[in-house]
Amino acid sequence: MKSDAIRRSEAKESFLSGIIKENPLFVSVLGVCPALAVTRTFEAALGMGFLFMFVLICSNVLISLLKKIIPEEVETPAYIVIIASFVTITKMLTNAFLPELYDSLGVFLSLLVVNCIVLGRAEAFANKNTVLNSFLDAVGNGIGYTIAICAIALLREILGTGMLSFGKVFTFIPEFSLPILKAVDASGDIIYDYSLFIFSNPAGGFLVFGAILGIIAAVSNHKKTKTAAKKRAEVAANKAMEVKA
Amino acid sequence: MSYLIAFLLAIVSGMLMDNVLLSRFYGLCSFIGVGNKLKSAFSMGIAVSFVIILASLICWPLYNFVLVPAGLPFLDTLAYILVIASLVQVVGLFIKKKSPSLYRSLGIYLPLITTNCAVLGVAQANTDQGLSFILSMANALGTSAGFLLVICLFACIRVRLESASTPKALKGIPLALLTAGIMAIAFMGFMGIGQ
Repeated sequence: MKSDAIRRSEAKESFLSGIIKENPLFVSVLGVCPALAVTRTFEAALGMGFLFMFVLICSNVLISLLKKIIPEEVETPAYIVIIASFVTITKMLTNAFLPELYDSLGVFLSLLVVNCIVLGRAEAFANKNTVLNSFLDAVGNGIGYTIAICAIALLREILGTGMLSFGKVFTFIPEFSLPILKAVDASGDIIYDYSLFIFSNPAGGFLVFGAILGIIAAVSNHKKTKTAAKKRAEVAANKAMEVKA
Repeated sequence: MSYLIAFLLAIVSGMLMDNVLLSRFYGLCSFIGVGNKLKSAFSMGIAVSFVIILASLICWPLYNFVLVPAGLPFLDTLAYILVIASLVQVVGLFIKKKSPSLYRSLGIYLPLITTNCAVLGVAQANTDQGLSFILSMANALGTSAGFLLVICLFACIRVRLESASTPKALKGIPLALLTAGIMAIAFMGFMGIGQ
């Protein structure tokens, strides 16, 4: 039997690792296709993030519950069928309650079936761990992925259209938009407009995502050299002490 | 005659104007993962193209002649992924029997094709948009030609990038994405052809 403390630290680890340390999009670079395709607007990306999290939680929990029943030889096909069923349910619910979101996500909602993250978490985590840890892992990874695609979408929408629009996809909130790089006066004339059309285009998705990954790599490289330098200094100091002694 | 023109136009638009990788974003994982070897990029492209065309050939009749008459059109995604998974198995067995050398060179890529979004994406888009059988085949042909073209071009560019002196932080995937972005801008130039 594991002690309570170990169990709690395991649960915390499985929740937190998906958000920053093993962020599915920015660190493992999985699930790239929807991250570029639905990030034209912030709202669509947020919707995609929530639907992704829903599918991931449901499939992770069910696979973790069935881990002793599914024979090893047919693991992957069984997982694909489970995931496809949840995607179908999600598709029908979205089509019924948020048709605008359904239209703006298009075929990428169906493509959640072949999303590397959902299948990857099932194979790498849910079939080995407890139901609670699998649930927490799914929530952590879902939050991590949602934050990542929302960051890309925020940059792309602001740079591409000059403003942030709300209420177009989530029709239950009133429609409004925040002017940031583009301002329009009461009569509809443009006062200033610093938006760059290219960021709304597919090419902009590649450029923004590439730049973000580059910045992350630069920061982690900097950290690595810093800790290496610190270690070297410590070793040198220890040696000096030994010589003195 | 007009059918033929529509067919050819759909192929060209799927290949260049609405390229599967650079503007529709299907199958990016394999695109980034396949690396800088032209030969393996070509093998991967051929294998994916083959499965895309076969999957479209099977999924369109499956949807229109089986699922719709049975009143189960909402099961499309589930049916397609099962068709694709078994298709990949069958194609793998067939290639293994007929040409072991091709099987060895495709080896690792074959199972990955099941989870390549390009295959499911094309099959799903064909029936979602209600295309006719001829046009959906044109879409499949154009998409696979576009996939093959871009994945080979990209492998050639990456060979040159290897020997170039690039910033340390951009090495690998970030630089690949930025390159793909510039390629996407270049492919935007084809957009005027359609009109």
